[in-house]
Amino acid sequence: MRRSKERSRFIALCVAPAVILFFIFMVLPTLNVFRMSLFERGAYSPTETFVGLNNFKVLFQDAKFIASMQNTILLIVVVTAVTFFFALVFAGILTREKIKGQSFFRVIFYIPNILSVVVIAGIFSAIYKPENGMLNSVLSAIAGRDVMILWKDQQMVMISIIIAMVWQAIGYYMVMYMASMSAVPVDLYESASLDGAGRLAQFFQITLPLIWTNIRTTLTFFIISTINMAFLFVKAMVAKGMADVGLSFMYNQKDAGLYGYSMAAGVVIFLFSFLLSALVNQVTRRDVLEM
Amino acid sequence: MQQKKGSAEPVFKIFIYVVLITLAVLIIVPVAWVFLASIKQNSEFYGNPWALPAGFYWQNFVDAWNAASMGSYMLNSVIVTALSLVLLLVVALPAAYCLSRFQFAGRKFLNTAFMAGLFINVNYIVVPIFLMLKDGDVWLKKALGNGLLLNNLFVLALVYAATALPFTIYLLSGYFATLPHDFEEAAYIDGAGYGATMVRIIFPMAQPSIITIILFNFLSFWNEYIISMTLMSSATGQKTLPVGLLNLMQAQQSAAQFGVLYAGLVLVMLPTLILYICVQKKLTQGMTVGGLKG
Repeated sequence: MRRSKERSRFIALCVAPAVILFFIFMVLPTLNVFRMSLFERGAYSPTETFVGLNNFKVLFQDAKFIASMQNTILLIVVVTAVTFFFALVFAGILTREKIKGQSFFRVIFYIPNILSVVVIAGIFSAIYKPENGMLNSVLSAIAGRDVMILWKDQQMVMISIIIAMVWQAIGYYMVMYMASMSAVPVDLYESASLDGAGRLAQFFQITLPLIWTNIRTTLTFFIISTINMAFLFVKAMVAKGMADVGLSFMYNQKDAGLYGYSMAAGVVIFLFSFLLSALVNQVTRRDVLEM
Repeated sequence: MQQKKGSAEPVFKIFIYVVLITLAVLIIVPVAWVFLASIKQNSEFYGNPWALPAGFYWQNFVDAWNAASMGSYMLNSVIVTALSLVLLLVVALPAAYCLSRFQFAGRKFLNTAFMAGLFINVNYIVVPIFLMLKDGDVWLKKALGNGLLLNNLFVLALVYAATALPFTIYLLSGYFATLPHDFEEAAYIDGAGYGATMVRIIFPMAQPSIITIILFNFLSFWNEYIISMTLMSSATGQKTLPVGLLNLMQAQQSAAQFGVLYAGLVLVMLPTLILYICVQKKLTQGMTVGGLKG
């Protein structure tokens, strides 16, 4: 009896700090996002007035918000497609072929992932610098004349962000797929090549189906993470007001003191990401193959 | 096309190497370029970007450290990162242990709640956290005369630790659940209490997971800038290194001092790169355990 009392006290003592911190800094703010989206709050005083769905009504007519969501979708589609294509192909090559210096390549490819987005923004500001920048000087050397592309201007800024985001993400996903691809039994490939299946056929008929579950999960996470990473990149790389994605629009409303409006945008983006990942999850459903 | 069947093989191999080396170069060259640029004099930035530095111009680092206050930002970042790692471990380890190894009322609910927390990204909740602390400060100002929640390194560390809880508990619980219960039973028979068993028997066994957690969270705390920028927004107050760097980058657009900027970049990424070189094996293996990133 005494033991059980001691046990309960021990458990309570262990779990309580985590639960309290989690509640104050994650649960409460999350609930607040939804609650505040229905209110208007003064910029300098904490008085709130209930406005119902008015924030949302205004939001869906806000051309800037529409444009920022279009940018978000563009980034999700292009960055995901490019990253997944290259990550899968490179991982397939690195695990299947006997490559000298395999671990060297792995170490290098993972580097962008450990750098802060601010650092990456700094590196890319050197790459994109119009005069004497790395990219323009290489392009000039190839073209044989002076190339002066303003990478961070309105017209090119989305392409610049896409390049930086792919640069950052590709190694991480490659290393992850290499791990799951190396779990595919080698004898499957051996018997396939005895049957005359080439590299491509092996890749599409053995590798991809066997790691499909992994690809599905990572795809869903990638979509969620692209929405977040796009925010970090835009905030660090792009001059204010040049181009926005959903979450940076949300953040700008906060800077303008429009807290309720900002949270309404947050709710819409959250629901959007949730529905999109559910949709992707449905579309990519296949029968699971056993290894 | 008179080639024999086997001769496509070396061509394919060469193609693979070309592609791999290209990608490696695309990653290394910009990073290495920044390192070289950090010791260039400002006048060198108006010529060919591929020229090697004329000499070691250490003044960039001195200026970044002192004039651009990167030195004090570095100290802030060290304090916040260390503090949040300690807080995180002290809070998450016992919680994960109990949630994975004890049966009690509400356990399932809590596990589900923390799992759901994996899907809450800080970017969505940073504004409500900011407002909560701001309101708290207003209240504190009335009660005590000054607010101390915003622009406070300790509060920032607390927020970091709290937002890292779901992922950390998820990872640790996964590990604790695999251990056999014999360990505890033997310890209880020897007369050890619950706390002593947890600290002396279980935690030492969890060392590999703890190291993985420290690594991942070190990187995310050190590199984080959105929460830090929002909660440490006072123009004159303390900043963490990435936010200081961001300000430096924005200041560069008007007054071009490229050398100092790249020296600042090096200061931010050097600790992570050194850590990475030391533990890259652990990191690239550990990521398959987690498999997700914010």
